[in-house]
Amino acid sequence: MKEKPFTIKHVLDIASLSPDQITYILDTAESFKEISTRSIKKVPTLRGKTVINLFFEPSTRTRASFEIAAKRLSADTLSISASTSSVVKGETLIDTARNLEAMQPDVIVLRHSLSGAPHLLSRHVRASVINAGDGTHEHPTQALLDLLTVREKKGKIKGLKLAIMGDITHSRVAHSNILGFTKMGANVVVSGPATMIPPYIEKLGAKVTLSIKEAVQGADVIMALRIQLERQNKLSFPSIREYATYFGLNTQHLALAAPDAIVMHPGPINRGVEISPELADGPHSVILDQVTNGVAVRMALLYLLLGSETRMSHGDTKKDEKNPPSPPFTKGGHPLSPPLKKGDTGGFSGESQ
Amino acid sequence: MNLYLKGARIVDPSNLTGEAPVLPGFRSSPVLFKTNVPCDIYIRNGKIASIAPQGKEPIPADARVIDLAGKIVTPGLIDMHTHLREPGEEYKETIATGCLAAVSGGFTAIACMPNTKPVNDNKSITEYILRKAQEARLATVYPIGAISKGLQGETLAEFGDMRSVGIAAVTDDGRPVMNGELMRRALEYARNFDLPVISHCEDLTLYSGGVMNEGSVSTQLGLPGIPAVAEEVMVFREIRLAALTASSVHIAHVSTRGSVDLIRQAKASGINVTAETAPHYFSLTEEAVTGYDTNAKMNPPLRTAEDVAAIIEGLKDGTIDAIASDHAPHSILEKEVEFNMAANGIVGLETALPLTLKLVHTGHLSLSEAVAKLSTNPSRILRLEIPSIQIGQRADLTIIDPDRKFIVDIHKFQSRSKNSPFHGWELKGKAVMTIINGRIVFNDLD
Repeated sequence: MKEKPFTIKHVLDIASLSPDQITYILDTAESFKEISTRSIKKVPTLRGKTVINLFFEPSTRTRASFEIAAKRLSADTLSISASTSSVVKGETLIDTARNLEAMQPDVIVLRHSLSGAPHLLSRHVRASVINAGDGTHEHPTQALLDLLTVREKKGKIKGLKLAIMGDITHSRVAHSNILGFTKMGANVVVSGPATMIPPYIEKLGAKVTLSIKEAVQGADVIMALRIQLERQNKLSFPSIREYATYFGLNTQHLALAAPDAIVMHPGPINRGVEISPELADGPHSVILDQVTNGVAVRMALLYLLLGSETRMSHGDTKKDEKNPPSPPFTKGGHPLSPPLKKGDTGGFSGESQ
Repeated sequence: MNLYLKGARIVDPSNLTGEAPVLPGFRSSPVLFKTNVPCDIYIRNGKIASIAPQGKEPIPADARVIDLAGKIVTPGLIDMHTHLREPGEEYKETIATGCLAAVSGGFTAIACMPNTKPVNDNKSITEYILRKAQEARLATVYPIGAISKGLQGETLAEFGDMRSVGIAAVTDDGRPVMNGELMRRALEYARNFDLPVISHCEDLTLYSGGVMNEGSVSTQLGLPGIPAVAEEVMVFREIRLAALTASSVHIAHVSTRGSVDLIRQAKASGINVTAETAPHYFSLTEEAVTGYDTNAKMNPPLRTAEDVAAIIEGLKDGTIDAIASDHAPHSILEKEVEFNMAANGIVGLETALPLTLKLVHTGHLSLSEAVAKLSTNPSRILRLEIPSIQIGQRADLTIIDPDRKFIVDIHKFQSRSKNSPFHGWELKGKAVMTIINGRIVFNDLD
């Protein structure tokens, strides 16, 4: 118990996480899932901690998920959206953050329309920053919940074929998943209109094919992406109708995949555009499991950022030991056993700034 | 105060004859202009009164003696691409602070871009800039006028009027002239007033909202990219327009391999095109943006290692004539924000010479070539009197210690803005004294 179990300060992107760290987060999340199945879905682990959800972009799923995750751990939460914040009065991100900082939050969860905003924020606040999606860069908690879902359904990640379909250029979900699944040993193929496949995407670890059929051939996991109409400049494809016809996923594609393939979508779904309703609601779909796992993954991250730190760094260990984190750590021992090698701060951006 | 510069080596790319020329009315004392021969230069009443091999002539009693052993004297450096923020954004830079930054970086003259607020598109703004520069009594300032009124890209600004009070060139720098006919007319009309035309080459329709080079790093960071071709198609257009109009064009801040190739071919075919690059385009790559460092955000954006190699090659073979700072001061208000929102550009006056000397230390350029790109060539492109070290000439001189090592410290910049990606870099070689009209305006000797 002397060693710090998990020296993370911020969760900014998947790019800076090691496979060990990802496994550790997934293990922790798995052990937290049980809490959400209790009749009283609350543990006191983060009592007295404050989590601020700062959302500069519309979000239903992610925001609700973070809020529920924090509440089930007994943290106090506050959600601020762009329309109700001072941003409309012209306040800068840093000023908003500094003012919130003055109220001593422990974690700031940031959703922002511009890439790198969480990185900027993390340089200006003492609180931990969790990236809840930044522009077209990354959405690390989405990738973690997708990894958890796949591991749960398939029993492994390594060696699986994941096909990510659609608007790769504008998808932070795709970027995080390419990085995350590749790190965990999966083979990632991306496909979609050539106008929506960014240059050098192979450098993130993905194979590119312009043939949808080739992409889904033998795939263990098919992931459809939402067409982000708000990010399109109208030059990427001629019409929704044509997109649905040539790039929408349907049961014919599923027939090409592995027999036990699962179908995923980060939501919100444009039904009948990037994915047919039969596929989205069919027996292979795990779309709602993704949402369930989202809560567990976010609980795990909040706990790892705050709960374990409380136990380690505060002098008040007696009390803490009487009050251990509640989830039953059934598999693979206690999640506080450190998977990190000495000196490996993991690509979480450093502890101090 | 008269000055006696003792024992410095002279590097003057404008004079490859080996002898010091003498203007009428001055005493003849020809010496060999070789960089390995230390010379004494006597400056009297703001002019160079004599040049002699070290110790050959008695030191005049009225002169302050400055020992320059191990130093190099060059004709005053000129930065042909500076943004002063006055009028309009004095919190970033004034003409006075910009001039101070210039002399601190070894520049005796600067040419300032028209994108002030209001724009320098008429003679009263030109006159205002010149008056402020005169009051500062530091570097000589050559204002550059706008090509189009208000930089709007619609109608020509009054070239003749602005020329009559002293603009040195025209450009819509930062706001590329997207209208091909307007550019053509600008090239033609500029001929009547002997005005160089400078083009910021960028096809704005080739990307939407790009904030860095389009490539692997932009994909990793999820930032919208600006492809190299956005610059190259416009370089090609300007070259063909220069040929069509039998005029000349100067390409500002070349940043891509393709641009270098196009300019090289154009020069070989006899088209009158000249080009500059900025130190960051041969010192940094797109990797510098990693971590969303807004001090690595500029336009054109930092490119790839391959482009950097091509820029250096272009400097070596003369395709790129000049090195200009593209000094673009911004405060933290514009830089400590989300990357997409951050302003483009970095300050450069105080790092341009040391970064250029790095090319000398790494063997890419000779000292004489480096000085030519910072002095002789920009003067030629702007059709100014070529700075030279000759008897009878006004004493605008830069004194360089090629071996002085120092750490770049933004807090020591004289510029009002500190937006530099080079903070903390260890560099070798810098200006240690700047003399304008025989007056020491900057002194960092030992």
